[in-house]
Amino acid sequence: MSSALLERAVAHETKIGVIDCDVHHAMRSSKDLYPYLPARWREHLETYGSRRPTPFTGSSPYFKAAPALSRKDSWPRNGGPPGSDLAFLQEQLLDRYGIEAGMLHLLSPTGMDQRNQELAPVLCRAINEWQFHEWTQKDQRLKAAIVVPGEDAAAAVAEIEHWAGNRDFAQVSVVTHTIEPLGRRRYWPIYEAAAAHGLPIGLHSSGNNGYAVTAAGWSSYYVEEHHEVSMSQQALVTSLVCEGVLARYPSLKVVIVEAGLAWVPSLCWRLDRQWARMKDEVPHLTRPPSSYVREQVWFTTQPMDEPERPEDILSILEWIGWDRILFATDYPHWDFDNPETAFKAQMTEQQRRMVFRDNARAVYGLG
Amino acid sequence: MGFPAVGAIDCDVHPAVPGMRALLPYLEEHWREQVTVRGIDGLDPSSYPVNVPANGRPDWRPAAGKPGSDVGLMRQHVLTPFHTRYAILNCLYGASSVFNMHLAAALCRAINDWVAAEWLDKEPRLRASIVVPVQDAEFAAAEIDRCAGDTRFVQVLLPAAGESPLGKRQHWPIYVAAERHGLPVCIHAGSTFRHATTKNGWPSYYLEDYVVGSHAFQAQLLSLISEGVFSKFPGLTVVLAEAGFTWLPQFMWRAVKTWRAMRAEVPWVDRAPAEIIRDHVRFTLQPSDAPPDPRQMEQTIEQIGSDRLLLFSTDYPHWHFDGDAALPEGLSQSLIQRMLVDNPLETYPRLKGTLQ
Repeated sequence: MSSALLERAVAHETKIGVIDCDVHHAMRSSKDLYPYLPARWREHLETYGSRRPTPFTGSSPYFKAAPALSRKDSWPRNGGPPGSDLAFLQEQLLDRYGIEAGMLHLLSPTGMDQRNQELAPVLCRAINEWQFHEWTQKDQRLKAAIVVPGEDAAAAVAEIEHWAGNRDFAQVSVVTHTIEPLGRRRYWPIYEAAAAHGLPIGLHSSGNNGYAVTAAGWSSYYVEEHHEVSMSQQALVTSLVCEGVLARYPSLKVVIVEAGLAWVPSLCWRLDRQWARMKDEVPHLTRPPSSYVREQVWFTTQPMDEPERPEDILSILEWIGWDRILFATDYPHWDFDNPETAFKAQMTEQQRRMVFRDNARAVYGLG
Repeated sequence: MGFPAVGAIDCDVHPAVPGMRALLPYLEEHWREQVTVRGIDGLDPSSYPVNVPANGRPDWRPAAGKPGSDVGLMRQHVLTPFHTRYAILNCLYGASSVFNMHLAAALCRAINDWVAAEWLDKEPRLRASIVVPVQDAEFAAAEIDRCAGDTRFVQVLLPAAGESPLGKRQHWPIYVAAERHGLPVCIHAGSTFRHATTKNGWPSYYLEDYVVGSHAFQAQLLSLISEGVFSKFPGLTVVLAEAGFTWLPQFMWRAVKTWRAMRAEVPWVDRAPAEIIRDHVRFTLQPSDAPPDPRQMEQTIEQIGSDRLLLFSTDYPHWHFDGDAALPEGLSQSLIQRMLVDNPLETYPRLKGTLQ
């Protein structure tokens, strides 16, 4: 492919309007939730704090690339951490890039990975109230994910039922680092409820479950863990397919967020080859695993994979399906993908419309 | 139609330990007594249940006993039809999963001596990997030193998923010993079950464990690179066996991108991970996890960006192909030649030394 194809006269073309499928809002402090929490739980949090299976109360053990994981220029002028000031987020992201919708993913607190099983649903309700009152009601471009206490499926279903039909919520968010792989039966009622309400499940790598970051144990560095997060998302796709979730709920849509996507074809080839050999173990799969992935799973682009030959990304996107690719910036994090420069290979105008806007409209029922 | 080449070097075949009774003659007296008195047996790895279809090709299963447990059948099934010049034995019996590291070391000594006596002595085309107690690097290094005098042992064997990532300094005595004897280190598929097979917990099905097994290899590559093993041991070659390889291009892209952003965290990594991999890491062929369209395999090979990385393997007696169709479509003739002969000879100095 000639180098002329790689020139990215993209900036003027992105004026089609962008839907950003991974935007991180944040709390100024956990006290932002207090108006939405009963007194008993405010006191509990003051005394016992947020108890999750991870060594530090105020940090990941994988120290990130930057404070708050974020771009240096994303700290709001009026104080608070990146993503905590709506006006600044509007200015720096939504208005700056002509974003017509931003899909919110809250990383902390998650609610779901609380070890206290009474606290988890209370916290999730408070988080959802906070998202509704402080964010989506103040800017209709922002769409929240219903945060659920997924380790208690009945409570999670109740939370979905509470918000379903509210157009401010466009999907259900489940943490990915769960007590069991998300394909296991304990989580099936969540998928049933989400499918019944036409809500996609948005899976952004998040939460703590105490399991080592790799099957070979705990790696030492963030440079490893940042990449290994994508592998846990691959294992998650494997789980949802092989355990029969996608087959059982054919109308369920799953969005894999912030895992990259260049791994999708080779994972699917391996799944199909090994399934062909061991299909008698998983009789609930009546066709190759890749066919379920292609029909029911969407992938966000960030962090955009960068092949050594930039145009190689096109055949990967083609294999996954142009209608399955969702653009995401990951604002305000340090590895933010700028919609004007993230793609190093030239897409057709139609492909760009699909990736930047139309696919998200379709999967989330927007616009 | 026969296998289209002569003199292939098969870099991954598996001899099965029939059971602890077979190892008794090779255990020291103390351990023979412990094993007997306490009934220690049954260490076939959970990563390879014997009756799973993938773990024994139907026509390679013996009338009795485990697939891969008979040297005569191995000769008949694989060495003769594939015109094999050498085949490298990777014994997967469960010593690396034992908690008692003294027992683990004793079992490794017994397995290596059993392999030498029951396989290498009986078939001149066979070579073997040294199994080591990965639980303790000093013990592992001692076992490498003990076996390395026998030049039929051509590499060191480590499990893909053990207690801690293999790049960590606690494992470095293994690489010191491997370097001392000019031995590559082979990481083979399988888990010691020290950790869940995924970050998301324990899957329900063997199929899932097997599929995500390739992530353990990817994590090991990140560990070996990020901890600076290839900077510290510039002569080290690592062979990934039964890992698949079609995942490699996307893995390298992501590893390079992340390293570019985060290299200050690991200042001893002074080259891009893709360069390090192309210089130091090799991959056995099976399972090839081939795409359905041979043109996608061609593209994958182009993206791997080197014809030196693949090593021919049948993975006998595991079932990845039928008949003699061990070569996936989409590989060029020149790559096949390199993979069958040249790359193994370059990877294993000891094969070159004994080449007839």
